[in-house]
Amino acid sequence: MSTAANEPARSRGKAPAGERIADWADGRLGIYSLAKANMRKIFPDHWSFMLGEVCMYSFIIIILTGVYLTLFFHPSMNEVVYHGSYVPLQGQMMSEAFNSTLHISFDVRGGLLVRQIHHWAALIFLAGMFVHMMRVFFTGAFRKPREINWLFGFLLFVLGMFTGFTGYSLPDDLLSGTGVRFTEGAILSMPIVGTYISYFLFGGQFPGHDFVARFYSIHILLLPGIMLGLMVAHLILVFYHKHTQFAGPGKSNTNVVGMPLLPVYMAKAGGFFFLVFGVIAAIAAVAQINPIWAMGPYRPDQVSTGAQPDWYMGFAEGLIRFMPGWEINFWGHTLVLGVFIPLVLFGVVLGAMAVYPFIESWVTGDKSEHHILDRPRNAPTRTGLGVAWVTMYMITLVGGGNDLWATHFHLSINAVTWFVRIFFFVGPVIAFIATKRICLGLQRRDRDKVLHGRETGIIKRLPHGEFIEVHEPLSQEQLHTLTTHTQYAPAEIGPLVDENGVERKVKASEKLRVKLSSAYYGEDNQIPKPTSDEYKEITSGHGHH
Amino acid sequence: MKKLSARRRHPLAAVVVLLLALAATGGLYAAFAPASKAQADETSQSLTIKEGRKLYEVGCASCHGTGGQGSSDGPSLVGVGSAAVDFQVGTGRMPAATSQGAQAPRKKPVYTQTQIDQLAAYVASLGAGPVVPTKQQYGPAGADVAKGGELFRTNCAQCHNFTGKGGALTEGKYAPTLEGVEPKHIYEAMQTGPQNMPSFPDTTMSSQNKKDIIAYLHAVDSSETTNPGGLELGGLGPVSEGLFAWIFGLGALIAVAVWVAARTAKAKKS
Amino acid sequence: MSSQDIPEENLPAEQEYAHGAVGVADEENPFADPGLPPHEHRIQDIDERAARRSERVVALLFTVSMLATVGFIVSYVTIPHDKNIFVFPIGHISALNFALGLTLGVALFCIGAGAVHWARTLMSDVEVADERHPIEAAPEIRAKVHADFRQGAKESALGRRKLIRNTMFGALALVPLSGVMLLRDLGPLPGTSLRHTLWAKGKRLVNMNTNQPLRPEDISVGSLTFAKPDGLEETDEEFQNEMAKAALMIVRLQPDNIKDKRELDWSHEGVVAFSKICTHVGCPISLYEQQTHHVLCPCHQSTFDLSDGARVIFGPAGHALPQLRIGVDSEGYLQALGDFEEPVGPAFWERG
Repeated sequence: MSTAANEPARSRGKAPAGERIADWADGRLGIYSLAKANMRKIFPDHWSFMLGEVCMYSFIIIILTGVYLTLFFHPSMNEVVYHGSYVPLQGQMMSEAFNSTLHISFDVRGGLLVRQIHHWAALIFLAGMFVHMMRVFFTGAFRKPREINWLFGFLLFVLGMFTGFTGYSLPDDLLSGTGVRFTEGAILSMPIVGTYISYFLFGGQFPGHDFVARFYSIHILLLPGIMLGLMVAHLILVFYHKHTQFAGPGKSNTNVVGMPLLPVYMAKAGGFFFLVFGVIAAIAAVAQINPIWAMGPYRPDQVSTGAQPDWYMGFAEGLIRFMPGWEINFWGHTLVLGVFIPLVLFGVVLGAMAVYPFIESWVTGDKSEHHILDRPRNAPTRTGLGVAWVTMYMITLVGGGNDLWATHFHLSINAVTWFVRIFFFVGPVIAFIATKRICLGLQRRDRDKVLHGRETGIIKRLPHGEFIEVHEPLSQEQLHTLTTHTQYAPAEIGPLVDENGVERKVKASEKLRVKLSSAYYGEDNQIPKPTSDEYKEITSGHGHH
Repeated sequence: MKKLSARRRHPLAAVVVLLLALAATGGLYAAFAPASKAQADETSQSLTIKEGRKLYEVGCASCHGTGGQGSSDGPSLVGVGSAAVDFQVGTGRMPAATSQGAQAPRKKPVYTQTQIDQLAAYVASLGAGPVVPTKQQYGPAGADVAKGGELFRTNCAQCHNFTGKGGALTEGKYAPTLEGVEPKHIYEAMQTGPQNMPSFPDTTMSSQNKKDIIAYLHAVDSSETTNPGGLELGGLGPVSEGLFAWIFGLGALIAVAVWVAARTAKAKKS
Repeated sequence: MSSQDIPEENLPAEQEYAHGAVGVADEENPFADPGLPPHEHRIQDIDERAARRSERVVALLFTVSMLATVGFIVSYVTIPHDKNIFVFPIGHISALNFALGLTLGVALFCIGAGAVHWARTLMSDVEVADERHPIEAAPEIRAKVHADFRQGAKESALGRRKLIRNTMFGALALVPLSGVMLLRDLGPLPGTSLRHTLWAKGKRLVNMNTNQPLRPEDISVGSLTFAKPDGLEETDEEFQNEMAKAALMIVRLQPDNIKDKRELDWSHEGVVAFSKICTHVGCPISLYEQQTHHVLCPCHQSTFDLSDGARVIFGPAGHALPQLRIGVDSEGYLQALGDFEEPVGPAFWERG
């Protein structure tokens, strides 16, 4: 084509080098069509939208520091005698894994810093994912079209837990070894296959000579590999769906309002990476984490009190601590319910979060896309369920640290355990009821504000002597923002006879759905938002106060 | 006079029964045994015992009985030895306050060291028991810190935590923190097994073992201990680390995120 | 797709003004979307001096970052790795870790702070609205894809040639089994190894502290002692595996205080030996309270009563701690009179 011949001639002449390189790349990779869609992509501004970035950046920091640590760490359980510079362990027998971790901590310059950044970043990564997940949950950002991305995020959280667990088990210190021993016991409790899985995982009897090397490949390759793939997919979907936004003037379900990726978000998000890294590096400079030298090498006959896992496994630890010791023996077999039930509960409690978007969309029957976020108050049942789940999670965390609660608050450890046993069941119920009531109260207040305006606190005396508080009508922006949310009507059981007049059997699932729907959207479960007619009637009737 | 009220202990079945049995069978005999050994400084020794007896009758007899035979409010002291007295009174655990607590806590001692020595001498005269250790026994000279660490993790860490920060026991009892405890008192505690702590007598844990443990504790749990990584966070492990990560780690990052996402101040319209 | 299940009035309000249509409040809809508020200028947009101040702040932050990196390198080179300093209120810490961490933290943070300050104060802050398009394809595209797929499926004849289809599924289902088979040698089969420990008739109980065999008179009432089987040394290849099962906790009770008859029978003059491995999930349980005879597990708070056959009195453990039957040999040393009669440690399916 004739134009093809002209183009290069033009660009060779004056175009800056960067542009020429970009042209070169586009000719081979087609990057311009990607850039067209994404370079000026709009991102809305809200601090809670940056929680995901906290996670992504701490994950990158973990990978960077982790690669450095692999240069010095020896994933071996061969026993050696310590001759390094930490005096209180000199001459002690320990595995090479522990020995090399001591070497990193005391004899590699900056090794301790990198270890601490790695571990702190891991704790923050998981905490960030937890909060990010809650943000998405409570604002309803998991609704169509984002259910799959919710699952990706959920998997990242769960895989992150196990990556963390395999990671802190690697130094083979007394604390983490106790945790691995717990894992062995938990695996052994699985009916039928438990013993075999344990022997295959540990290469024979516990602790064996293999688990550090095996955990190592799981920790540095298998799990992070999957996580990296999931994270990329998660991000691609965020770009593809475009970010959600809160309701407000000019914001609709069919647009996204914010700043362009280039330059503002390039600078803000790029800068935020350095901010996150900087904060974590500073924390690693001033706060010690996992001082394995103080814990000593693992020995299956030694233990310390206060044996807890990292915080994200504390929830599993709590489940196992408050469980009564049930064990059933029959036909030469043992069903270790005292360990197995917590193991199952662990999956059930987490799994409940994973499937929630699908349950809610089944209940609402809503097949439309949602890009405007809910305010938590406007979805009282969902918010109540979420708070109940968080309460349950927090109660198990208390249970996971029951000994420290006992010592630091001068309580009996038995009393703390009993508290957790009871409140594991009662707490979520109370939390659900209380949250829902608060949400409904806030909905009522919004309704009053729309209909009667904002209370100004100014008291006025009318000519005939009556005192009234001056209510200031809301601005158009506020009126719009407070009335724009979705309100569903409860589902009803369809006609009991079909179009031919034949009686139809109502399926149990349909009945359940109707019941749930009325629990979500029934009369007492949401406050109807003001309608135009109500508003008009009130404003015309009373006039403005 | 100080008010020394009774503090009810849990039913101390085994120990009380044992000690009462000892007192009943050989108490009198045993009481004379140490005296005969200490012929040389009999006068000063007996004077000390006499002073101790006076203190005992004022401060201890209401619970432990006038002759140390014990009562429903306190165990017999016959045969507990001077080490037990030096530990209990020297760490302020005795005289115990009226409290509903599960165990007597460490507090500021009521008696001076001289008075404690007199009390210890008197109680030791009631029946032979572990003797207050000498500085040679608990001092740092000749101690193997690393061996002490191994011994500590085998014998002590299960209750007192890796670096002696303490931990919970059943029904509100607890293993106290070992930070700032005199080496002599640590030695005596191991020897005598105060309250619910089991004893680690020389027959199963040699004097050298104890010295190693004390040296290890000094290395990892004293004001001079180095925590290379920074703040120790209580030395409690992952729970305090997790709290720190949430509050200061995630908290700081959220504060930063709020700043990043916030609108910049607009110019005032004039 | 239509939202057939939801009554029209329950649909999100914004759908009334689809495609960003902006309305003005009127009789029809007093809650109409007024549209994006007008853009307001920042000080930096109208006052060049303020903009220059911002520029200087950004440049300063970047400069501080550079200095901090220089500081990092200087610290790395000059501070010995074993130098400790006292920093209030942190305590005695490694000088190198502190210096490297702070300089690195400042260097990184200042780059981020500079970039963000730049974006916030100098880059355009005009809010822009971007259109969203439905994720799902237009009906004609959907129809085209379905038709293409049907044609492809028809051309492959997968549905028609059932034999091919079934054998292919069979082959694909079987081939992963090779991978599963390869996992077989991850470890030996359990066999009866969980049921046996090193303890056997005549094995002496060796004190963990002194590495000497124990005599009953060494163990006084109220004391706590840990033991291992004679002949097992820390340097042995299998030390960890054997200790994980054989670790022993020894206490002495007054024979009168032993409530359980079998415990009394298996003791020697009140000296009782129990497995140190918790029956819950295997923590070395040894928080012995000498006055109550309770022993607590530090991991999950299972509590056992050593004066009553070590039965469980609290917590998640499912059964009592196994007791080792002991006696004394001809030289007066404590010895085992056999292995544990039941498996030690956590329960498992085949335990029975």
